[in-house]
Amino acid sequence: MTNAIVVADDVGTAPRGRSWTETVRRLLHSNETLGPSAVLLLAVITFSIIAPHFGEAANVSLILQQTAVIGALAVGQTLIILTAGIDLSVGGIMVLSSIMMAYLSVSHGVPAALALVIGFVIGTACGLVNGLLVTFLKLPSFITTLGTWNVFFALNLYVSKSRTIIGLDPLLTLPGSTFTVFGTTVTLGSVIMLGLFVVVAYLLQMTQFGRHVYAVGGAEEASRLSGIRVRRLVLSVYALAGFIFAIGAWIQMGRLASASPQIGTTYNLDSITAVVIGGTSLAGGRGRILGTLVGALVVAVFRNGLALARVDVLWQNFAVGVLIIVAVGIDQWIRKVKS
Amino acid sequence: MNRSAPSIPRARRETDLVMEATGLVKRYGHVTALAGTSLALRPGEILAVIGDNGAGKSTLIKCLSGAVVPDSGEIRVDGKVVDFAGPLDARRVGIETVHQHLAVAPSLDIASNLFLGRERRRPGLPGTLLRMLDKKGMQADAQVHLNRLGIMTIQNPRQIVETLSGGQRQAIAVARAAVFGSRIVIMDEPTAALGVRESNAVLDLVERIRDEGLSVILISHSMPHVFKVADRIQIQRLGRDVCVVKPSETTMTDAVAIMTGATASPAYADAQTGA
Repeated sequence: MTNAIVVADDVGTAPRGRSWTETVRRLLHSNETLGPSAVLLLAVITFSIIAPHFGEAANVSLILQQTAVIGALAVGQTLIILTAGIDLSVGGIMVLSSIMMAYLSVSHGVPAALALVIGFVIGTACGLVNGLLVTFLKLPSFITTLGTWNVFFALNLYVSKSRTIIGLDPLLTLPGSTFTVFGTTVTLGSVIMLGLFVVVAYLLQMTQFGRHVYAVGGAEEASRLSGIRVRRLVLSVYALAGFIFAIGAWIQMGRLASASPQIGTTYNLDSITAVVIGGTSLAGGRGRILGTLVGALVVAVFRNGLALARVDVLWQNFAVGVLIIVAVGIDQWIRKVKS
Repeated sequence: MNRSAPSIPRARRETDLVMEATGLVKRYGHVTALAGTSLALRPGEILAVIGDNGAGKSTLIKCLSGAVVPDSGEIRVDGKVVDFAGPLDARRVGIETVHQHLAVAPSLDIASNLFLGRERRRPGLPGTLLRMLDKKGMQADAQVHLNRLGIMTIQNPRQIVETLSGGQRQAIAVARAAVFGSRIVIMDEPTAALGVRESNAVLDLVERIRDEGLSVILISHSMPHVFKVADRIQIQRLGRDVCVVKPSETTMTDAVAIMTGATASPAYADAQTGA
């Protein structure tokens, strides 16, 4: 479904004289999920060979759980990057939302359902703050969200007094509940994450909102002249992303059965890496949400596979860092495709 | 408000003015961009506006297309005074503008660009409840419009605009204006970024739009382009309209002389009111 508007008919008719690099470039340009899928396949094959227990059902289930959080966050990140922005406060919004949910419920006896809703509202509000700074004060999203990340993270430490909150209501850890499909344990969190992908894929591919996200990201001025209310659109994207990050917070609490104020530091890089590996351009206006799902799997497989191969965490970060740089480099190269 | 249906009926006689601007003034701080410019646009004509840099061409166009609100002066469309607060207001009375820089979204396909900002939703529940776009319908319509406008080089309305040449992209921008402009199409330097062949294709398109009964205001730096397609030429200088000439009755050298102030406004000035 997400490939519905990809036009591939210029690929088959390539003249014979064209070099193979140009052919590869055209192929990647017209089919954005091809590259990330190849990377995922390669990673899976590599780790199946070098990492013990990598392919076992229990580990596959673990990877899916790890993907659930990164994937959910990457959905929001994709929306923002498509508008030619970037969100470095992802981890901050997520951790603040989860701490607030847990804090209100555990320390103040707020009903879990209400605490959950308040957490979603807080996530949305954080996104809204980012959006307002980016649209109305016209600040670069990079600096804005770098600043708000610190603000959100500090608030989170203040509320939680830097302590992990345990003893959560079953509703707050609901995404951690599991069921078995074909011998693999699947968490509800993974299902919620997949649901997010489906909903956002629909929004992007089938609705006016999605068209305008692509248009604004690719050509802001042209969009404005076409009658699109650019600021309102960008604002709604940041707010929606904030809401999605709060859903990520819920999934995370399900995974850990607690709310920790210290997590979330690697999620900025991981979510951006997932988006970029997924073939979405940091320049905005180009990319597919399905690619992000593949990208999130790649990140999770890398971290998991390297851990199983007994590689130190610092080298995991090293690998993800290299991965993102390579992905951005490839994107630059693909976008130079000749017409 | 209904966007698609202009509220003002079409001008009936040849002598009725489709658009008339009088005494437009626009200042930016100490800089006076427009110092009382007038403009008269007749039905079914191509009126070119030429002038040196700083003559106020772009500001004039922005006033007429609603992108800029003039400090003073009056704009009439079909005899009725209009007050544009933004580009959408101008659109509502049937004025479409092709802006100088390629005003298309590169990552979207041709059909999406044609309908950008005016997307249609599917009828029934999918459209109202699920807000689903009528992609097939818009693609089919795009194909019809492209064929009608003779943009034959474009085969598939689902092709991504990024993969088109500069001329083809400009053709899309012009086509969009032609499809949705029910009265007036304003074009700011539509051939500025294009090669010779591509320019000619766009100029053909401009003539075709005129032949369909729309009025066109064309801004251009290129004298050969202006003299090739324009029915009348308004010469701007230092924020004022100096005179209106006919390409058949004047030479490029004369026009440039007036434009640069080498020659004072000649006797052609009566072309603005009569003939």
